[in-house]
Amino acid sequence: MTETVVSAQMSEFLASGRPMLEFENVSIGFEGHAVLSDLSFSVAHGETRILLGPAGGGKSVLMKLANGLIEPDSGEIRVFGRSLREMKERDMFEMRAHIGMVFQESALFDSLNVEDNVAYRLEEEHVDPQEIHARVLEALSFVELDKVIDKYPSELSGGMRRRVSIARAIIGRPDLILYDSPTGGLDPITSMTIIELVLKQRDVSHTTCLLITHRLQDAFTLATHRYNMQEHRMERIPNNGIDSSTRFLVLNEGRIVFDGTTLELTHTEDPWLKEYIE
Amino acid sequence: MRFVSPEAYAKTIVASVQEYSLLCAKAIGDIFSRPRYMDDIYTQMDSIGVGSLPIVVLTGFFTGCVLALQAAVSLKEFGAVNMTGELVTLSMVKELGPVLTGLMVSGRNASGMASELGSMKVSEQIDAMRALGTDPVRKLVTPRLVATVFMLFFLTIISDACGIAGGAFVSVTMLKLNAGTFFHTGYMSLVHGDVVEGLVKPLFSGFIIATIGCYYGLRTTGGTRGVGRSTTQAVVASSVIIILVDFLVTQLMIGIFGR
Repeated sequence: MTETVVSAQMSEFLASGRPMLEFENVSIGFEGHAVLSDLSFSVAHGETRILLGPAGGGKSVLMKLANGLIEPDSGEIRVFGRSLREMKERDMFEMRAHIGMVFQESALFDSLNVEDNVAYRLEEEHVDPQEIHARVLEALSFVELDKVIDKYPSELSGGMRRRVSIARAIIGRPDLILYDSPTGGLDPITSMTIIELVLKQRDVSHTTCLLITHRLQDAFTLATHRYNMQEHRMERIPNNGIDSSTRFLVLNEGRIVFDGTTLELTHTEDPWLKEYIE
Repeated sequence: MRFVSPEAYAKTIVASVQEYSLLCAKAIGDIFSRPRYMDDIYTQMDSIGVGSLPIVVLTGFFTGCVLALQAAVSLKEFGAVNMTGELVTLSMVKELGPVLTGLMVSGRNASGMASELGSMKVSEQIDAMRALGTDPVRKLVTPRLVATVFMLFFLTIISDACGIAGGAFVSVTMLKLNAGTFFHTGYMSLVHGDVVEGLVKPLFSGFIIATIGCYYGLRTTGGTRGVGRSTTQAVVASSVIIILVDFLVTQLMIGIFGR
């Protein structure tokens, strides 16, 4: 019943066309050091927002702020149109039911096997066990890992753990997915597999997402490729096309230095940004 | 080495006490509201209660043995060796049973909780849990709190019984005392207040072990080194606080029961 009410509210919100995520003059610091300063941006419905920037620029902090895992020192964050500041912890948990998050180091529960890890959210929501199993298989098939269902995270490679983490994030059919460096620390081939999954999720489910990456090639792959559902593979958009739903946000030393489209980024005149891209 | 000003240090301590108090209040509050993680409570009861049984039995038994040996030496000077049973029983039920069980369980479980939760914290599993819509205090702290308080109560009774059995074993086999006399004098020496005192203490100790263990675990930072630090701090803090609270409860009980 609650789920129906929440889903109805969500459908109403999605129909309103308002941004899924809004940051308004957000600042945060730790132990006297400013990490993010006066950040303002928004992520529209269906948009893939890629977050770039040097390491230590506050990208992961931004991701945690977006999910309400930490509170800003000042400013306003609105998720699905609701201000996080006005939400109680219980409301936050309800909101997070609509958000999937892939953590930098996967953050799988090491005492649970792959099936229980992926099923975690559904078990918390007391979904019927048969439905849970079917949806776990569906999510694991999506990331092409249905053969490791009984294994524990310690038995998986880094890339496999990242894919299980994606399966865990998408099993709840979220309206917003936050990817915190999903390719960080992985070899180029495995990174490409992960990016293909992100792209597949974007083109199959049209889910709004915010993605941090340190690898520019991953970012540009997302902007220039699409998922071919007939041939089940990623392919370049014909005629050097660019995905219109992909936008970029570049952070440096806790400030936004760029917020715009792929073309605007590649044609920037900003010397620092040019050097960073090159 | 960085020196911290006394003011900053005092503020850190006050903030820690506040953080700990809020955690305790939330963990207690979560007992009375849904959802309740009953499976986790039973798992923790098995891990904390059944898992601690061997050390509690052995510690209790040998403490009783030593107590009987030491008591007999002193009592012999007054020609009162027959009172060994009374001394062992009173000491075990009122003091040594609850305190030693608390300290042993603290060493085993406060460290376990701090390291388990600490590892989860540094590997972002706690954040992942929140991101997946689960309250970590409700899921991780409250079950441990309920399980520790509940199981420590019964572990203390087992420890008391083993201690008395150990005292009886030494009295009969080494001091050549009569087993019936040992148990009779022991039983006759106990009054209602002694038993209440001995059974109230583990409730406090259980609370301290679970909340301190979880508190240090959840505030862990700094990778594996941080986990090690939290584990040590949890054991040291819980042991010291158990003894401190034991002193306060003893004072309170003397005030209430007059002995």
